[in-house]
Amino acid sequence: MDTSQGNPMMDDGLTLQRTKDGGPRIDCRNIKVFYGQAEAIHDVSMSFPDRAVTALIGPSGCGKSTFLRCLNRMNDTIENCRVEGKILMDGEDINDADVDPVLLRSRVGMVFQKPNPFPKSIYDNIAYGPRIHGLANGREDLDAIVEKSLRRAGLWDEVKDRLSAPGTGLSGGQQQRLCIARAIAVQPEVILMDEPCSALDPIATARIEELIDELRNRYCIVIVTHSMQQAARVSQRTAFFHLGNLVEMGDTGQIFTNPREKRTEDYITGRFG
Amino acid sequence: MTDTARNPDSKAKAMKRLKKRRAADGRFRFYGLSAILTALGALAVLVITIGSQALSAATYHVVNYDITLDPAVIAPEGAGRPEDIGRNVEGFYGLVRDNLLETFPEAAEDRASRREVADFVTRLAVLPTAQMVAKQPELVGTRITLTAPLNDDLDLYLKGQGVRERKLDVGAIASIKGEAEGGYRVTGAGAFDAVVAAMAVAAADLPADAPEPSVLLTAGPSTGRLTEISAGSAHLELLTGKIRDFARLQSKARLIVALESERTISDQQIAWTLALKDMDRIDRVPRTTLLTNSDSTYPELAGGLAAIVGSLLTMLITALVAMPIGILAAVYLEEFAPKNRVTEFIEVNINNLAAVPSIVFGLLGAALYINFLGMPRSAPLVGGLVLALMTFPVVIIASRAALKAVPPSVRSGALAVGASQMQTVFHHVVPLAAPGILTGAILGMARALGESAPLLLIGMVAFVGDVPRSPTDESTVMPVLIFSWSNNAERAWEPLTSAMIIVLLAFLLLMNGLVVFLRRKYERRW
Repeated sequence: MDTSQGNPMMDDGLTLQRTKDGGPRIDCRNIKVFYGQAEAIHDVSMSFPDRAVTALIGPSGCGKSTFLRCLNRMNDTIENCRVEGKILMDGEDINDADVDPVLLRSRVGMVFQKPNPFPKSIYDNIAYGPRIHGLANGREDLDAIVEKSLRRAGLWDEVKDRLSAPGTGLSGGQQQRLCIARAIAVQPEVILMDEPCSALDPIATARIEELIDELRNRYCIVIVTHSMQQAARVSQRTAFFHLGNLVEMGDTGQIFTNPREKRTEDYITGRFG
Repeated sequence: MTDTARNPDSKAKAMKRLKKRRAADGRFRFYGLSAILTALGALAVLVITIGSQALSAATYHVVNYDITLDPAVIAPEGAGRPEDIGRNVEGFYGLVRDNLLETFPEAAEDRASRREVADFVTRLAVLPTAQMVAKQPELVGTRITLTAPLNDDLDLYLKGQGVRERKLDVGAIASIKGEAEGGYRVTGAGAFDAVVAAMAVAAADLPADAPEPSVLLTAGPSTGRLTEISAGSAHLELLTGKIRDFARLQSKARLIVALESERTISDQQIAWTLALKDMDRIDRVPRTTLLTNSDSTYPELAGGLAAIVGSLLTMLITALVAMPIGILAAVYLEEFAPKNRVTEFIEVNINNLAAVPSIVFGLLGAALYINFLGMPRSAPLVGGLVLALMTFPVVIIASRAALKAVPPSVRSGALAVGASQMQTVFHHVVPLAAPGILTGAILGMARALGESAPLLLIGMVAFVGDVPRSPTDESTVMPVLIFSWSNNAERAWEPLTSAMIIVLLAFLLLMNGLVVFLRRKYERRW
């Protein structure tokens, strides 16, 4: 198994510990993604450690969202999108014919750019996943899952009195935390976040970032972000994408203070992007 | 800023451009407003013309006959089984005719008058009473009031729509003398001045050799025909009633310009009608029979019940076939089908199918369902299937539009928590699209409800006197009934047709109201 790239001394103790314990949660090898004939991602290999936040940064259109969507096979739903290469999750190729994308997605949750709660009650938003996966035995069990998920997403105190109110009636930041709660309700191992704060104001963003930091202790988190400050704040590892290539990957501190590549330095210092 | 300073003209030019833009805005608003007003105006004209026509058919005149249910007449064969009584139209009609002859003894004199009095009420008009008596045999032998609609032409006459007449005042009548050759000489100083003047006006519009128009003189229940009219005297030929009424009561003259030979009602019938009205035996009542009776060859008995039930049965079949097929096809095409040449071809052809003239579907239905599959003619089953063929492309198109309008974020949200595609579609997408899908489906059904052309071709235009009991019974539908009624010659069908149109419009409004209700109730924002 690969150990994480870069200088181990730059990792914080916790991450180092975990990666040493379990190795990378997800290991991607030679990933190529095609839209029709066009190759959007060129031969990317990288791995994502467990119980750590990995940030994918890069200018618009560089393929970081496309890459993220490979990890729970959401690209399957896009017409004429083709993924090549191996994505090993705990050693098992997720693109294998006998892996059911539905089960995979229950292990790899996802939070989107724009909060997209179902137009149902707050309770039903959370309970939907556990219900279809049969995670709850009876009503009380389901209630407990809903409460636990909302607590973990830091939303419980704000919504506990109005669980039957529609999820779409919450504020943008609350909606996004509801979506995070919805994702963790199905007990995933990995959470993918596609620019989760780009539609939120700074206060709601700070709230989500705190939450990500808390969730790091339980999950492998991969976050796509346009904000380099955010990447620096929440992630332990950072990968810089450019024009479908993985330019550089390393510990966040190293990427931001001492990038190896010229392009990385130019991007994070705002010379292009 | 510096540009303005450099070029002093630019401000003036900018103002000019602005003025032009404002003028263009104003013109566009004007065009839009006039388009809306034109549409509203056309709608108002339609509603007012049909509505005012229909209003006269909303009520009609019925005549009350006090008759004794003589067992010898209505139940001639001894005990008289109820079903025999219920079918004994002839017996009840005889009682009504006898009642009329009793009221107007002069009608019994000759066969022509007997027929004229018999025209007052159609035979079948007594059927409801006969059936009522059959259900309550204890009524046999008692005296009841039988109510039957007045002949349609006389009904129109009383509504002032059939034969036009001018009512004229008549001065005091001084003397009435019997004359040798029959009839009476009525005199009074200047009593007929108004009549003479009105006749002169009427004569000016008629050809020189035209016969004299009828002038009727009415006093209470009595009416006579005036001839040889001069300012102070006229010859009166009594049509009904008693001559002494003219001396006792205030008389009124009626000038009827249309010639008796060209009218559907005679002077004699007018006289009797006026007499019955004077006796308070004619009531103007709401025409509930429009909704409770089935079609008839007599306008005063005709109603739309069979057609309404036929329409409902047809719509039921259409809904059962078109809605599931259309909605599921739309869900499949929109959510599951791969986008390739085959689905593209199917899509284009569904759009084409929606544009096919409806009469073509009628031909298809006649060939496929009736000739090939041997289904019964004129049946709501076939009609419903034909309309379903016509409706389901509309349902598919509307449903696909509704499904497309569901934001993709809902689908990704559901997929991301591990819902299968089927669960995503049926738990999230379809419920969100449901108001739109239902709207499309109901509007498609409303279009089918108003369709007549394809149904003509599968024989649903046949005269149907009975309410259909099942989708395989002979039946007709509302628009086809309107079509057949509008083809009928008699004048009374015209308002009746309008009334039926109003009933049809009411059903359509009901369906559109349902659409609005569903939209308001279930439309959700996301």
